[in-house]
Amino acid sequence: MTFFTYLSLPAVQHALIAATLVAIACGTIGPFVIMRGMSFAVHGTSELAFTGAAAGLLIANDAVSGALTGALVVALLIGLLGNTERERDSSIGVILAAGLGLGVLLLSFYQGFASAATNILFGDIFGVSVGQIALLVSIAAASLLVMSWIYRPLLFASVDHVVAQAMGVPLRIVGLIFLFLLALTVTEAAQIVGTLLVLSLAISPSAAAVRWTARPRTLIIISVILALIAADGGLLLSLIAPVLKPSVCITGISFCIYIIARYITPHHARKLSAPQEERA
Amino acid sequence: MEHPIVATNATLTYGDRTLWRNLNFDLPAGSFLAVLGPNGSGKTSLLRSLLGLQALSSGTLSILGASPRKGNPHIGYIPQQRGFDRDLPIRGRDLVSLGLNGHRFGWHRFSLHDRIALDTVIAAVGAERYADSPIGLLSGGEQQRLRVAQAILGSPELLLCDEPLLSLDIAHQHEIVRLINAQRKEQNATIVFVTHEINPILPYVDLVLYFANGQWKLGTPDDIFQDEVLTELFHTDVHVIRDGGRIAIVSQQSDINDEAGGHHQHGTPSEREADK
Repeated sequence: MTFFTYLSLPAVQHALIAATLVAIACGTIGPFVIMRGMSFAVHGTSELAFTGAAAGLLIANDAVSGALTGALVVALLIGLLGNTERERDSSIGVILAAGLGLGVLLLSFYQGFASAATNILFGDIFGVSVGQIALLVSIAAASLLVMSWIYRPLLFASVDHVVAQAMGVPLRIVGLIFLFLLALTVTEAAQIVGTLLVLSLAISPSAAAVRWTARPRTLIIISVILALIAADGGLLLSLIAPVLKPSVCITGISFCIYIIARYITPHHARKLSAPQEERA
Repeated sequence: MEHPIVATNATLTYGDRTLWRNLNFDLPAGSFLAVLGPNGSGKTSLLRSLLGLQALSSGTLSILGASPRKGNPHIGYIPQQRGFDRDLPIRGRDLVSLGLNGHRFGWHRFSLHDRIALDTVIAAVGAERYADSPIGLLSGGEQQRLRVAQAILGSPELLLCDEPLLSLDIAHQHEIVRLINAQRKEQNATIVFVTHEINPILPYVDLVLYFANGQWKLGTPDDIFQDEVLTELFHTDVHVIRDGGRIAIVSQQSDINDEAGGHHQHGTPSEREADK
C-alpha cells in the first residue's frame, strides 16, 4: 500500500483527526503545566487512567468512560491532598502507587480480554471509533472554552500566587479547575499515544516553546503548533515507514523538537543582552 | 470624607497567642502609615485582614467604607521582592497588565484605553526600557518597579505594601519608596507600609503603628520613637538614637527587630494612643 492509499482508509483518517484534537488540547495546557511545575501530575494522572480503564471494564465494560471518570477522581484527590507544591508531589506519588496496585487488582477480576485496559498504556491510535472522535471533540472543545475563561486568573496564579491571592484570585478553585482539565486532556491523550507517552505531547512541545518566547499567548500558540507537528507528523511518518509504530514516531519527533529548541534559542540571545542593572 | 481605614476593637488571636488586641484607629486619606514590629508580631496579618484574606477574632475593620473583601479593585498590593524563575515565560509588561484584570474570569478584550493605561504606569516607574524583557531576567530593583506599576495600574485609593524594600540595595530602596509616595502625592492614595526598616521611609511617614508582645502603639514618628514608649512596648530597656534624620533602636536584647514575638504577656488589655 502506498502512503496515499493509507490516507484514504477511515482508520487512518480517524487517527489523524484524533491526533490533531489531542495535540491542540495538550499544547494548550502544556505551558501552564510548565509554569506551575506540574509535570509529575501529568505523569500521575495519565498512568492512573489505566486504573480507571480497568475499573470501567469491570463495572460497565467500557474502558474509556472508566478512564475519564477515574481521571476526575484522581484530580480531585490530588487537589484535596496537596496544598503546597512539595505536598502535591508526594501526594501524587502516594496516589499513583496505590492506584496502580488497585488497577492490577481490578484487572485480575476481569474475565474478558484485557487489551482494552492495557491498550491505554501504549495507546491504540488506529483503533479510534467515530464515537470516540465525538468524545474527543467535545472534550477538546470544552477544555479550550474553560481554558480561555480561566486564562487570566490561571496565569496570575501560576506566575505570582502571592499577589494573585491578594488581588482576590481564588487559588484553590483555579488550581482545581486546571487539574480537572489536565486530567481530562491527559486521559484523552492516553487513548492515542498511551499513558506512558503522554508527556511527549503534554510537556515536550511546551518545554521547547518556552525557549522561544516569553509572551504567554504566543507561547500557547507555538506550543500547540509544535504538538501538532509531533502528533500528526509522527503519524504520517509511521505511514511512510511502517516498521515504526506511531507512538515511537510521535515521541521521537517531540524529543527532536525539544533538543532543537535547547540549541537554537533566539530567546537566549536576549538573555545575554538583557539589562541587568538599572541606573540609580 | 470617609477614612479609608477604620479599625474598631480589631483583635486577632491564634489559639492562646494574641497578635493584636483592641486595635483602634482612623487612618485619614492620603496618609502614610508605617507598620513596624518583630517577626510574628502580626504586621503581615494586618495586611491580610485588610485584604479580606484573614478574618478578625473580634472587632471590625472598615476599608474604604466597607468590610474587607477579596478582590477589591480600589486596593493595590506590593509584595516582597522574590526572584522569578529565569525561564518563566512572561514579560514585565504582561505581569503589570495582570494588575488590571488578572483576577477576573471570562473573556476580556484588551482595549486601547487599557493599553494606554499600561504604557502610562510603565513610563511612570521608568521601566520602558526593560518592560518587554522576560521578568526572570530583570534585577530585583527592576522587578520591584514593575510590581509598583502593577499595583498603581488601577489608580487604587489604598496601597498595601508588604516589605517591598527587602533585599534591595539602598539606591533602589529610595527609588521604590519615591514611586510609592508619588502615588500618594498625585492621587491622594493612602499608604500602609509594613517594614522592618524605618529609615528608608522615615521622611514620608505620617504615622507609625508599632506591634510587639501582643500590644501596639500608634502615633507620629516623633511620638513613637521615644525611649519610654518603646521600652513600655518591649518590656525591656530600649534606646532610640537619632543621627541626622536616621533612627537606630538599641536594646539589651541582641536585636529587638528580629526577636520572635512568640512569648508575651499582656497586662494592659488595651491602649489607645493619640491617633488622628
